[in-house]
Amino acid sequence: MKLNQLSLFMENKPGQLKVPCRILSQAGINIITLSLADTQQFGILRLIVKDWQKARRALESNGCVVNVTEVLAIDVSDRPGGLYEILEIIDDAGLAIEYMYAFTTGPQAQKATMVFRFENTDAAIKALSAKGINPVGPADLFARLS
Amino acid sequence: MSTSTIPWNDIPGGFHPESSPDFLPIPQLQDLQFHRLKATVRRAFDHVPLSKKRMEERSLTPQDIKSLADIAKLPFTLKIDLRDTYPFGLFASPMDEIVRLHASSGTTGKPIVVAYTQADINVWASCMVRSFAAAGVHRGDVIQNAYGYGLFTGGLGAHYGGEALGATVIPISGGNTERQIMIMNDFGSSVICCTPSYFLHLYERARELNIKPPRLRVGIFGAEPWTNQMRIRIEQESGIKAFDIYGLSEIIGPGVAMECSCQNGPHIFEDHFFPEIINPDTGVPLPDGSEGELVLTTLSKQAMPMIRYRTRDITTLIRTPCPCGRTIRRIARISRRSDDMFIIRGVNVYPSQIETALLAAEGTMPHYQIVLTRVKDLDQIEVKVEVTPEVFSDKIRAMENLRQKLENSIDHTIGIRATVTLVEPRTLQRSEGKICRVHDLRVMK
Repeated sequence: MKLNQLSLFMENKPGQLKVPCRILSQAGINIITLSLADTQQFGILRLIVKDWQKARRALESNGCVVNVTEVLAIDVSDRPGGLYEILEIIDDAGLAIEYMYAFTTGPQAQKATMVFRFENTDAAIKALSAKGINPVGPADLFARLS
Repeated sequence: MSTSTIPWNDIPGGFHPESSPDFLPIPQLQDLQFHRLKATVRRAFDHVPLSKKRMEERSLTPQDIKSLADIAKLPFTLKIDLRDTYPFGLFASPMDEIVRLHASSGTTGKPIVVAYTQADINVWASCMVRSFAAAGVHRGDVIQNAYGYGLFTGGLGAHYGGEALGATVIPISGGNTERQIMIMNDFGSSVICCTPSYFLHLYERARELNIKPPRLRVGIFGAEPWTNQMRIRIEQESGIKAFDIYGLSEIIGPGVAMECSCQNGPHIFEDHFFPEIINPDTGVPLPDGSEGELVLTTLSKQAMPMIRYRTRDITTLIRTPCPCGRTIRRIARISRRSDDMFIIRGVNVYPSQIETALLAAEGTMPHYQIVLTRVKDLDQIEVKVEVTPEVFSDKIRAMENLRQKLENSIDHTIGIRATVTLVEPRTLQRSEGKICRVHDLRVMK
């Protein structure tokens, strides 16, 4: 049910994003989606890839600092109020979202899939499942993509 | 008009009765140095266990000092010796003869303690009188003393000298720029004592406030390295005369050496502080005119005699006569130090202090580098810290907290706010596997 997300520390300066992208390219790893958070000084690149262990090894052996975090991929109805419904469940359960971003996998019928990083991932799964919302597990997600 | 009412300061270069040792014929000066050296070595041998032990290890007794040149036989004293004997281990006087303690920052969080008897305080004040006099400062001058008062020797050292000179001293201490400007204007300060970078900052602010200090004439600048270009800039912009003063707490404080009106390098008050230049790698003494590490021996200190103290300051001893007529030697402007210590805003900082602070905040020792810059005439310190897997988080908030924590920890350790920049691992320049810890990019204009 959970996805393993890779995070990378990056200095905020031109050309920095190219470095991990080149490493992953050389390792033959496709980036499924990513988000980049930045401050004036530094940024954090978060990546979802299929073979996260291989990606991690490639990045680390090239000197990157990599952090592995569990996140959830959640289907959101692609209509007004779709995201609101999810957020209401999370809010009602008293959970905090650290950050979220979307998949870039192209249009799907009536659905958008988003990545959520919760402070407490297990509590989020429980709250969402109770309302009939099951996060998309890696097997499902990667099957959809192939 | 009787001759006694002619102000001595009308003599070019400034002369004061206290300054007479500055002009001693060299044989007479050397004779004085030799006799004082013998007494100092005897005092250290008799009263400081570490000095006795070090001399005995070399089979030396005070009787072996048969000439001034024999000083080279004596062991060096290092900063670490002051730390290892903290707090009072190097004192040669009983506590009931010690009238003052000062302390400077050390590498381990413990300060370095120095002591003075009343006679030491008098010598110090006398050296500061000679310093002021060399810069043409005299009775009737108003000295705004913006060196820090407290454990730091700068404030009180200049203070006692100014009073002994007969000048009016304003003990304003450091900081509070706008109040400094107001007082300088309202009290008609004619002399300012502070670090050169602080003066530039002060002057810049005064200009913004459209205030031109009406009587300011002389600046006594020290406690941090500066260049001749900076002097030219200060003098051109502010119209004052800027003088370089040298000193260090371990020896006495400010007033170990001071420039005269010729402004060609501080004259060492050699009758109290005997200078040598050594090769910092081998410890071998070098002849006058060679560049090397300055080593100082106190010749009259009672409470804490220092024998061959290694200052870590790289300079040259200049023997060539100075047009002012002083026979005491000069040192060239201190260009650099033989260790990684750096001076920022008048405070001595060791990379190991930064290390301690980073370790305290992170729990592990990250790779780091210190970058010193000068922005708008004020020294800035940036500490670049490589991010390690142990501290890296995917959350921006956590990383910002880490940065803050490191900055606070450094602030608590050295008392100066540094900017911490988190950098990618293995990005700090390394040479032979070691990171060059301090990058001093301060352009001293």
